[in-house]
Amino acid sequence: MKMQELNISDNNFEQCTKCTACTVYCPVVPLNALYPGPKQAGPDGERLRLKGESFYDEALKYCLNCKRCEVACPSNVKIGDIIQLARIKYSRKKPSLRDRMLASTDFMGSMATTFAPLVNQSLKLKPVKWALDSVLKIDAHRTFPNYASQTFENWFKKNAEPKQKKFKHQMTFFHGCYINYNYPQLGRDMVAVMNALGYGVNLMDEEKCCGVALMSNGLIDKARKNAETNIRAIRHEVIDEKRPVVGASTTCIFTMRDEYPHLLGVDNAEVRHEINLATRFINQLVEDGKVKLVFRKDYHSRIAYHTPCHMAKLGWQYHSISLLRMIPGLDFVALDSQCCGIGGTYGFKKENYKVSQGIGASLFRQIEESEVDFVSTDCETCKWQIEMSTSVKVKHPISVLAEALDLDTTTKLNLK
Amino acid sequence: MKFDTLIIGGGLAGLTCAIRLQKQGVCCAVVSTGQSALHFSSGSFDLMGYNESHEVIENPTEVVRTLSEGHPYRKLGDRFTEYACAARDLLTECGVEVKGDARKNHFRYTPMGNLRPTWLTFSELATAENVTAYPVGKILIANFAGFLDFNTNFITGVLTRNGAKCAHATIHVKAVEHLRINPTEMRAANIAKALEAEDVLSEVIRQINLYSEGYDYVVLPAVFGFKTPNVVKQLHKGIKVKILLFPTMPPSVPGVRAQTALVAAFERAGGIFMPGDTVRRAVVENGRVIEVFTENHGNEALRAKNFVLASGHFFSGGLRATISHIEEPVFGADVDYAEGRENWYNGDVNRPHNYQSFGVHTDDRFRAASQGKTIENLYVVGSALGGARSLEEGSGAGVSMLSALCVADEIMKGGTK
Repeated sequence: MKMQELNISDNNFEQCTKCTACTVYCPVVPLNALYPGPKQAGPDGERLRLKGESFYDEALKYCLNCKRCEVACPSNVKIGDIIQLARIKYSRKKPSLRDRMLASTDFMGSMATTFAPLVNQSLKLKPVKWALDSVLKIDAHRTFPNYASQTFENWFKKNAEPKQKKFKHQMTFFHGCYINYNYPQLGRDMVAVMNALGYGVNLMDEEKCCGVALMSNGLIDKARKNAETNIRAIRHEVIDEKRPVVGASTTCIFTMRDEYPHLLGVDNAEVRHEINLATRFINQLVEDGKVKLVFRKDYHSRIAYHTPCHMAKLGWQYHSISLLRMIPGLDFVALDSQCCGIGGTYGFKKENYKVSQGIGASLFRQIEESEVDFVSTDCETCKWQIEMSTSVKVKHPISVLAEALDLDTTTKLNLK
Repeated sequence: MKFDTLIIGGGLAGLTCAIRLQKQGVCCAVVSTGQSALHFSSGSFDLMGYNESHEVIENPTEVVRTLSEGHPYRKLGDRFTEYACAARDLLTECGVEVKGDARKNHFRYTPMGNLRPTWLTFSELATAENVTAYPVGKILIANFAGFLDFNTNFITGVLTRNGAKCAHATIHVKAVEHLRINPTEMRAANIAKALEAEDVLSEVIRQINLYSEGYDYVVLPAVFGFKTPNVVKQLHKGIKVKILLFPTMPPSVPGVRAQTALVAAFERAGGIFMPGDTVRRAVVENGRVIEVFTENHGNEALRAKNFVLASGHFFSGGLRATISHIEEPVFGADVDYAEGRENWYNGDVNRPHNYQSFGVHTDDRFRAASQGKTIENLYVVGSALGGARSLEEGSGAGVSMLSALCVADEIMKGGTK
């Protein structure tokens, strides 16, 4: 009776029917033929790797981990996971200094924010770019995101924390590295919106980088340590404090929900459902009638929404799009759901630069032709990529909400 | 989440139903586990190609009333022809260009080069008027170096047997050939993506013109036009002899383009498409579906007034076989199938198998039942339906589209909100 179910391995490569649907949606292969493609790198290669380690192909490093193969698979094969696990298990390549630097978003961030003006200026200088390019193999075309001189955490502790306890409802905000070191404004927008909805914002006792960049650069032990710290802190928030943990970055949330258990062996089952994305958290509150939104009458803009790959994998784009469409003065344009090419730290590497830009080319063209005021997306690395490759600025949906909401009226309405 | 109608399955059947409803103002969401069978399309939509004795049917509209009681077409009654025309119109409106007529089957080529009766074919592909009307004269069969999903030898065999004089040519272009670094990636869709670049296409056209001088036809694999049919138009404009495009092994380039066009049309009309998600369970109370839960949305319910099951047959998980029985996994809806596993299949793999006509039991309005009791707001469309022998009779696409249009009308009649 149970034979068919018992015959399926954890990493379900034998569910693959060889239908080839995944190969149509891999953004890498058309631009980098060295990559064997999701079917060969994933389930087909797995069959061989189980016979002998020597079948492992270092070309699996070209996988962006965008998971578009998994979204396309009609048989629910975890193609991307199979590839990532194979890299963790079999790769003998040691991460380079460059890979370590790109991966250590929190260490680099805390160093850089201390000397922010100096770092920001020097990262723009030609000799520095040249050195990064030729010595470290970080492509000179790349613009590094600016570092903030004050971290979000420091701002929050000084300016926002004392006011949070007065709110009837409480939630915990997982800000992630980007908001903390590069773009605290998004964190401030998040606090402003949540407060207007009647929610007090808390930070976790200890928050580490989600670890996605560490994983993709082969620093698995460090990633696992981060995951353990985060899950311990999330358990405290969810189980002891009864607060949901909400983040604004699709990749952080995706990693903590879906990559921790099987890639790092860190169990999150008890708290997984309480790890949520900001736009989904808010849209659920609106749909359940728990909060009300009042928008400014003078707000007008034309916005194109870009679905980040990990949003497509989470399957939650509906929530971001619904929230944006709620705004009366907003002219909404949907972009084709496709990879922008950055893949986190992937596109920063000199050897991937051309592929990265090639993958995003049709998206950039679509954005330029859409005649929008700006693009909205829930992923910070998509934002860097789109801002570097088009003439259009990118705003997170939460920042759009913060601008479009009549915050005072919304606050009053949600106090009741 | 709340919608007017929630459709489970984003293939030809699910999307047809969704587009028809959404265009009439019914707010629809489609949940789709991965990509659909359009990715394996030979380039045609079959309506009804063969009768029980495997003889070619000339006019599908005339044989509908002779089908056995349980066939989905019987539930359409005298609306069969009307829905067949509407299906064609829907494809055209969505930008899927097709040729063909429900009242007269024409003939499509298989990837092996044989002719089979069909209803609608993507405009770009070669077709024939009757089952013996193979092209004659001097035919050049051109292929890309290293592309194995287009079997020139089989095609040559068929065309030669039918009186043509065939020769082969190999197209060499760097942008396509670099895919051979990993031979497994030398696939129709990847070639089509390379041919989107204008300079690559014009080099291909130049070589074909060079090799095909003095020939009556050139046979090419259907790897042109990944995103839009424009590339096909440029090909026709550039090549001097008559082109016959033959389908390839999967993935199907015209099929992928059709899927993309249908999803885009649905979203343009305001529909919500949720790709890469799977409905895991449903709550049914007093003979009505209240809500369903999916993999991605976890404990967040998806509610709707009506539900449409378009989850396909065994391949896509619409039906599930255990050792002893066959079930519909989401709703546990009643399934029509033969008792005893030995009655499911034929010992001779090339003969028809009974399992192919197994499917979800429905009433005359395509509504499913659970333990004999009708589920009022759960409709079934496409290959999840029992009663058709789609492979033998050549009716897969027709059953999908026509049942979907009929169910959309049922939902409109019954009140949508």
